[in-house]
Amino acid sequence: MAAQCDSGIPNPRQRWWVIRGQIGRREYLVLALLGLLAPLAAWWGLAHSGWVDKVFMPAPEEVVTRIYGWFAEDDLLGDIWISVYRVTAGFAISAVLALPLALLIGTYRPLQALFEPLTDFIRYMPAVAFIPLVMLWVGIEESAKIAIIFIGTFFQMVLMMAEDIRRVPMAQIEAAQTMGATRGELTRLVILPSAKPALLDTLRVTMGWAWTYLVVAELVAANSGLGFAILKAQRFLQTDKIFAGILLIGLFGLLMDQSFRWLHRKRFPWLYFK
Amino acid sequence: MTAKIEIRRANKLFDTGGRHIAALENVDLDIRANQFVTLVGASGCGKSTLLRSIGGLEDLSSGEIRVDGRPVSGPGAERAMVFQHYSLYPWLTVRENIRFCRSLKIKREEITSADVEIASGRTDALIGLMGLAPVENAYPNQLSGGMQQRVAIARALMNRPDILLMDEPFGALDAQTREVMHDLILHVFALERPTIVFVTHDVEEAIYLGDRVVLMAPRPGRIDSIYEVPLPPEREQDMKLSPEFTELKREILSRIRATSGMQTDRGMLDKLTATAQPGAAA
Repeated sequence: MAAQCDSGIPNPRQRWWVIRGQIGRREYLVLALLGLLAPLAAWWGLAHSGWVDKVFMPAPEEVVTRIYGWFAEDDLLGDIWISVYRVTAGFAISAVLALPLALLIGTYRPLQALFEPLTDFIRYMPAVAFIPLVMLWVGIEESAKIAIIFIGTFFQMVLMMAEDIRRVPMAQIEAAQTMGATRGELTRLVILPSAKPALLDTLRVTMGWAWTYLVVAELVAANSGLGFAILKAQRFLQTDKIFAGILLIGLFGLLMDQSFRWLHRKRFPWLYFK
Repeated sequence: MTAKIEIRRANKLFDTGGRHIAALENVDLDIRANQFVTLVGASGCGKSTLLRSIGGLEDLSSGEIRVDGRPVSGPGAERAMVFQHYSLYPWLTVRENIRFCRSLKIKREEITSADVEIASGRTDALIGLMGLAPVENAYPNQLSGGMQQRVAIARALMNRPDILLMDEPFGALDAQTREVMHDLILHVFALERPTIVFVTHDVEEAIYLGDRVVLMAPRPGRIDSIYEVPLPPEREQDMKLSPEFTELKREILSRIRATSGMQTDRGMLDKLTATAQPGAAA
């Protein structure tokens, strides 16, 4: 070791590579920006170098132009709206059904034995493979797309939420019992409030998966939506539109993720005190 | 006079992968009202199991526990419990944690307007008694371990429980904080006179706090011996140095050593010392 720890002046490079060390807020922002801008610059450079055909890789500014054109002439807002609607509907139905089931599985051992292995089994069945079945059973209307998103998220959600419920410390529950709480009160006043932050995090993670299944769902004879637009663009070799669609979905995902994080900080302030 | 808590031939078997382990075997114990009883013993002696059974959080395999003559069949508000940690509600402030039991229906049904006044007065009184006034609007994770346990004790006292069950409540605190907490809990005991059953593995703590020390022994979990503490009810830290105190401590410690089945292997120790000598066993 060249530098001794008692040298007094901390060497920044050394400080960076401390296991689970800390860095300043400015350093963090600079690095985060670098992480976002470097791939963009590489993309720009590659697209303008002439090495790659435009059919394979359009330049960033072409993609931006395409997004504007899509917005002005091709009903981008309509595509966004229908996609957001499908994601939100499938996700919301999943969440509403998963929460009570998870509460039961996470609280009562017999119900865990009854439902968890089954759920575990079903969640490994690929949601995509259900498409023919869903078309057969549900048809090709909106409900079919929502059903695919539901199948893709519901079973994961149940298992993760049940785990969130199980993680409520036993001492919190027992303390309430020795204060005379009934079953209903335990659920309402201890288990749910205690698990809420973890449950919101689970919703945030599964929301990401719901967006993934959107594109899959819009494979099902859709004629609108961001996922459908990407598939149609591929047919016409509009690579810039494919890029635009993918980037927009990423952007929406990021936006939703950040809103969940914001909500988490807003609703559960005690977790952020130090 | 019958005892506040009567434990009769209490047995508790734990099933660990086909093997039955007797956490409690034929435990008989009477605890009088308004007494401070401490349970000590080596780990695995069943002291926590016994405490949790009184609290109604564990079922006995056989035998019976009666409180005020009524058999215990589950947890109840008259037997409040204080845990070692993780029992506070992190989403509630200190004040809201202490008032938690007021949001439970059992209490609300019985409340008259006079009670409501007493209740708000009691919250303030407990906050004052526990020295929590400066942090009453803070959240538990903003507090030190000692302060968190003050909140847990205040919350348990809010219901005016007849019986306070304490499961190594100071086990995770540093020695200085623990001394402060000892005098605090003795002060609370003198003011409110609940019956306290207090589990600890610290013999000094058991003697300093208890009117009676119940020594338990492991494999199978059972009561080994019971000691009346020969100290005046008003305890002071200096008493820990008195001959009565040290004599009782010596007696209990040697009894724990004898019953724990974990004696130091002298021969092994000599061998270890020999290998540590420079030039030995080359």
